[in-house]
Amino acid sequence: MTQLQSPQRAGEATPAVASRNSGRGRSILPPALLFCGILAVWEAISASLSPGRKYLLPSPQSVLVHGLLAHDAYSQILPSFVRTALLSLGGFLVAIVFGMIVAAVMYRFRWFERAAFPYLVALQAVPVLAIAPLMAVVFGYSDMAKGLIVVLIAFFPIPANFLLGLRSVDAGLVDLFRLHRTGWWTRFFKLALPNSLPQLLTGFRISAGLAVIGAIVGEEFFQAGVPGLGMRLLQYLDQVEYNRLYGALILSSLLGIGFYSFFTWLSHRLLRSWHESAAG
Amino acid sequence: MVHTLSRRDLGEKDALAFSGVALTYPDGTAALDEVELSVKRGEFVSIVGPSGCGKSTLLKLASGLVAPTAGVVSVDRDRLGYVFQDATLLPWRKVKDNVGLLLELHKVPKAQREARVRETLELVGLDAFSEHHPRRLSGGMKMRVSLARSLTMDPSIFLFDEPFGALDEITRERLNEELLSLFIDRGFAGVFVTHSIYEAVYLSTRVVVMSARPGRIVAEFDIPFPYPRGPEVRFSAEFAQIAGKVSYALRGQIA
Ligand SMILES: Nc1ncnc2c1ncn2[C@@H]1O[C@H](COP(=O)(O)OP(=O)(O)OP(=O)(O)O)[C@@H](O)[C@H]1O
Ligand SMILES: [Mg+2]
Repeated sequence: MTQLQSPQRAGEATPAVASRNSGRGRSILPPALLFCGILAVWEAISASLSPGRKYLLPSPQSVLVHGLLAHDAYSQILPSFVRTALLSLGGFLVAIVFGMIVAAVMYRFRWFERAAFPYLVALQAVPVLAIAPLMAVVFGYSDMAKGLIVVLIAFFPIPANFLLGLRSVDAGLVDLFRLHRTGWWTRFFKLALPNSLPQLLTGFRISAGLAVIGAIVGEEFFQAGVPGLGMRLLQYLDQVEYNRLYGALILSSLLGIGFYSFFTWLSHRLLRSWHESAAG
Repeated sequence: MVHTLSRRDLGEKDALAFSGVALTYPDGTAALDEVELSVKRGEFVSIVGPSGCGKSTLLKLASGLVAPTAGVVSVDRDRLGYVFQDATLLPWRKVKDNVGLLLELHKVPKAQREARVRETLELVGLDAFSEHHPRRLSGGMKMRVSLARSLTMDPSIFLFDEPFGALDEITRERLNEELLSLFIDRGFAGVFVTHSIYEAVYLSTRVVVMSARPGRIVAEFDIPFPYPRGPEVRFSAEFAQIAGKVSYALRGQIA
């Protein structure tokens, strides 16, 4: 028995440590493998194209070398990347501020929720490109107009998720606070707001990705001002610069992925001590 | 909606008094009818009754969360403790901050609050867990935190809504014994809703049996065992006899 027990104990300790390390390895490994797979397929398709059509899909290393790393490529595209990142971030922050205020007011006044929520849904349903010309008339082909597109596209998930979180407080907890005759503000800050954090952060995460899309769409529509990735995409398409086009596409995706990962990380960080979604 | 309750009719020693209380919910459900009940300090009254007969409603009335549609409820709401069936802890707060919540809501200064929280955590044997989040506690420990949270307000009337209903038998008996020693120590008036007749008889000075909905009080039993009651009280013949009587009265309501 004793002989059996000690290796067993040792065995118990090692997997615990090992699974921790390989847990991280395991979460990076599948996407990394898939990435290599995609590169291989890309390479294969690119190689199979006839020389006359090869420009449509240059090989991965060609995109990397000529589209991104060449001096005149990156000196043009990096400032555009920063530009688009700032535009997305700016619109996103405006969406957060207004979205949270709108949700808080809806939470406070049910009649306002009943009155305004349908418009919120409608706003989300309207194809933004359909109102872009109108915005061009009102704001001109300006940064303001681009920013507004970002806000419009990224807005909805914030008030919708925040409101859901505010409203999903356990009824027993509401009773507890009422029992001690707390005011609305106390209930809001000590109960509803912290309770809404998981949903709010989900809203942030969705909205951040949408903000990047909004920024690129906005730049493509309002082709004016300092060029961002959206304008570069159209420009490279026009100039048949496919290496750079794919480079710009990759940077656009990286921007979206970066935003998303940041909020996933933040959410895990803030919620891990208490919420099921971040367990482990 | 917060209702201020009348304190007239609150007798010298009554911590809680119901007279002619009825409650019909807005949807027409008649939950309680003609309830007469008074609980003095130093009394511990358990309430048993068929499922859905209005026991929780009775506690909500006692706490002032709900106002009666007829009759008068008299209670001193300023020193009222209320333990719900669920522990109702704030999951994002550590144990110590959950225990300090009510003091915080009543704007007790921080230093005083921390001292009271430490004391109370020691009292319920949770001082080692003060930095934990509720998610990491067992059901029994969560209930202890909930109890501790109410205790920080030093209640003169303490309402319990099946607080140990979800716990296993052994944890439940342990918590029963701990609750009894708190009762003896603090001398509050207790109103305890339970489905367990044994728990009711073991804890109480009086057991009240309610009828099916709309609930009213149909029988009361005085429990003669002196405090402190050791766990062995539960094995005496007299205990079994009283529990049998309560059980019989309750069966009459269910049939
Ligand atoms: N807010 C409400 N609106 C309408 N009806 C309600 C409401 N709350 C409770 N009821 C009804 O009133 C009756 C009494 O409910 P209550 O919760 O007080 O019963 P209970 O004795 O505590 O039941 P249980 O033993 O299941 O805990 C039930 O029929 C219930 O469905
Ligand atoms: Mg109940």
